[in-house]
Amino acid sequence: MKYLMAICGCLLSLLVSTSALAASPSEAQQPLLMQLTEVKLSKALPVLQQLEASTGADMMPLFKTMLAGKLYYVKESRSLIVVSKEQGETRYTGLFSAAPRDDLSKKQVKKIKVNNKLRGYLRESIARMQLHHSDPEVRVEAVRSLFSDLDAPTVELIRTARLDEQSRSVQAVMDVALAMDRAEHSEDATARLQAVKALYGSLEPAVRNQLTKLAENDPSGSVRKAAQKGLDKIAKQAERYNFVNQLFFGLSLGSVLLLAAIGLAITFGVMGVINMAHGEMIMLGAYTTYVVQLMLPNMIEYSLWIAVPLAFMVSGLAGVLIERLVIRHLHGRPLETLLATFGISLILQQLVRSVFSPLNRQVATPDWMSGSIEINPLLSLTLNRLYIVAFALLVFMLLLLVLKKTSLGLNVRAVSQNRDMAKAMGIRTDRVDAMTFGLGSGIAGIAGVALSQLTNVGPNLGQAYIIDSFMVVVFGGVGNLWGTLVAAFTLGIANKFIEPVTGAVLASILVLVFIILFIQKRPKGLFPQKGRAAE
Amino acid sequence: MKIKHLVTGIALSMGATVLSVSALAADTIKVGVLHSLSGTMAISETTLKDTVLMMVEEQNKKGGLLGKQLEAIVVDPASNWPLFAEKGRELLTQEKVDVIFGSWTSVSRKSVLPVLEELNGLMFYPVQYEGEESSKNVFYTGAAPNQQAIPAVNYLKDDLGVERWVLAGTDYVYPRTTNKILEAYLKANGVAEEDIMINYTPFGHSDWQSIVSDIKKFGSEGKKTAVVSTINGDANIPFYKELGNQGISAEDIPVVAFSVGEEELSGLDTKPLVGHLAAWNYFQSVESDANTDFIAKWKAFTGNPKRVTNDPMEATYIGFKMWTQAVEKAGTTDVDAVEQAMIGQETENLTGGMAYMNKNHHLSKPVLIGEIQEDGQLEVVWETEGLVAGDAWSDFLPGSKDLIADWTAPISCGNYNTKTKTCSGQTY
Repeated sequence: MKYLMAICGCLLSLLVSTSALAASPSEAQQPLLMQLTEVKLSKALPVLQQLEASTGADMMPLFKTMLAGKLYYVKESRSLIVVSKEQGETRYTGLFSAAPRDDLSKKQVKKIKVNNKLRGYLRESIARMQLHHSDPEVRVEAVRSLFSDLDAPTVELIRTARLDEQSRSVQAVMDVALAMDRAEHSEDATARLQAVKALYGSLEPAVRNQLTKLAENDPSGSVRKAAQKGLDKIAKQAERYNFVNQLFFGLSLGSVLLLAAIGLAITFGVMGVINMAHGEMIMLGAYTTYVVQLMLPNMIEYSLWIAVPLAFMVSGLAGVLIERLVIRHLHGRPLETLLATFGISLILQQLVRSVFSPLNRQVATPDWMSGSIEINPLLSLTLNRLYIVAFALLVFMLLLLVLKKTSLGLNVRAVSQNRDMAKAMGIRTDRVDAMTFGLGSGIAGIAGVALSQLTNVGPNLGQAYIIDSFMVVVFGGVGNLWGTLVAAFTLGIANKFIEPVTGAVLASILVLVFIILFIQKRPKGLFPQKGRAAE
Repeated sequence: MKIKHLVTGIALSMGATVLSVSALAADTIKVGVLHSLSGTMAISETTLKDTVLMMVEEQNKKGGLLGKQLEAIVVDPASNWPLFAEKGRELLTQEKVDVIFGSWTSVSRKSVLPVLEELNGLMFYPVQYEGEESSKNVFYTGAAPNQQAIPAVNYLKDDLGVERWVLAGTDYVYPRTTNKILEAYLKANGVAEEDIMINYTPFGHSDWQSIVSDIKKFGSEGKKTAVVSTINGDANIPFYKELGNQGISAEDIPVVAFSVGEEELSGLDTKPLVGHLAAWNYFQSVESDANTDFIAKWKAFTGNPKRVTNDPMEATYIGFKMWTQAVEKAGTTDVDAVEQAMIGQETENLTGGMAYMNKNHHLSKPVLIGEIQEDGQLEVVWETEGLVAGDAWSDFLPGSKDLIADWTAPISCGNYNTKTKTCSGQTY
């Protein structure tokens, strides 16, 4: 989150600075700026360094624009301009004057290239300039991004900045940086020892690397010992956070499995239809997201919220149609149903190939779903996964509510428990069948919206999840929603804890073997249905 | 929609070829095209079929070859590896083609290879591959590992100062062989065992959380780290996305990929990929007259101003040019004569400079490293000083370091052991 905020901050200040800053470059800067448009990529670094050291106009907007890859120059006059694309329109503005240059066209400008080396330098340089930024969060990030490269001038900058730093959190990271410098460069062993002790409690990778170096190479035995002690502390913490991290990965994989399987838990679990086209219902949902984004290119941020109900309707409708046209006629014949739905799945895949092309489609991730929340340097949770865990649970709860509290739910349960008796009670069973199948398929469509954020949206999307879905439903116990929940998370977590040991390929094999053995022992899954309804 | 076009296109071109076969009979030189037009590889291979057709058309406009018109015979092996052998046989025995341009995956090449050797056919293979092969009947115009993987590693090592290596790949033959070569190469260069992490994932892997988090941890231990990726196709996008989400940028841990090119990037959300690297022998973005000309022709030929060009297309282009030169030099399309005439042929690279055909049937080409840009193009950040000669047998694998391929007399062998001075006769 901090990282994100820093980026947002950067972008914001970029906007502000490019529009408000009108200081023009000094005479010393002019020729350097000119050089920037001429030098080869490999020779650009010294020019930038001179620019950073120069006085005159603030170089922040230049560096930030360059880092963002938006810095161009006009071929004729060699003056620098910012080229930005907003809603499909290309805009040209002067870099220092911030005046719009509508007279320019694509052919008259040329991009100033950046490579990773320059990007690395620019980021550091911006961090150095940001040590005095007004937002403490930005200052913290600035100091942190300087950790990996603490040369003497940088340390000096931090030291001066520390003198009039007011914010506690910024002071703390600055102290760590200064302690790192002392621990490395101080001649005095006691000073180094104190510095090492001051580093205790920081989980920064740079700190750990420094301690590792000290623990191996420091001439003083007590410093080596202290550094080793610090390392042990970090290792203990790291182990704990590693566990949390794996748990999170497991929960996240579990939530994906849950989303994929939950619709099937209704169509297969409650209705008993082996629906091989379930994966394609997920796929339809994912494509709905794509179409929504295609139709509303300016509303990417909200596109998912629009896509969720739409995907439910599209897949739900497809489900109702499939039930009405095919499955109804094959009632009580599981093998034929299996083959027929397999055929439907192939038809749907081919349909999507013909309509949308066999290539994967691009579904954009809204900004609020990108990036991660950094809890500490050892533990950060990716936002998209976090949202999907929450979303999966929400969908599960809603579904449970529908089944327990609505009349549709009551009917569904009645029909699935005893079809003939329900019919005798006046329930229109075939209508209930269609609604149930539509509900299950609709939920699969919603899963597709979520999955479009994690994986490729293409004709084969459904195929990738159909096996997993059946695995989860069977493992959890057919006909039991809670079983599906428990099974999804169990398998997800088990998979993620095995994976670091065995690798991804073997991990999924082991999980499959485990399920086979489990089903041998308990054919009805974790939570079998009991009583007369079981038959 | 596109499928429909494709199907009618294929139907038309097939119909056309059948017609022209009966009409023109023996007065043409036949060029076989053995690329999948359906199935999973169709996305990539259809482009190469079109490239050959474009080259044939162009050559015919110039008056053909040896006074005869060229005629393309297109077959569809449908991404079905055994079918490559069958269709290859059909091209050689029924259609009696003089040369074949074809194959993409290594397994399809290995499938058609025995047929080529049995019937003494001639094939040009235009895709980067794992090496460890040199057949008398095949010319390899794509990159061998020493023309892609090794220079990429050198760039990371020397220019970016990378000291720790993650070799990540999809679990099949090309990544496994390439990684074996790279591991041996890195160790020969003094990289310690614990500074190399090797990881394989299944095809189409989409849950990269643990692996990316491992990479992050591996890279945070003080030494500059890079990922050398032989991850294939679909799985790349979720991989790069996860890297972005976990806050790993290209400056921290650059990823250099060997199978991500312009074609794969077109129409994708490139945001998470910007700044990561790819190693090829050709990029569309390279400015040269030959390239500008080629791109313009390609866009005109396909009638789509948004079409991109890529490395295997250049390899096809070079192969085709060299073949026409060799046929002219030999004065015949006879396979043995052309094969000998091919060796030493030179033709212009699209990126400037000349490509040269070596005795081992591999090309000498420049190697480029590019950074992925937001528009899906690759910007060159590094290139080799001169040309790099393709090495059929890797110098870094214990089993093949003494082997060379030399198809000129007196050796004339695809698998010649320089220590024992014997030819095993086994070409792959």
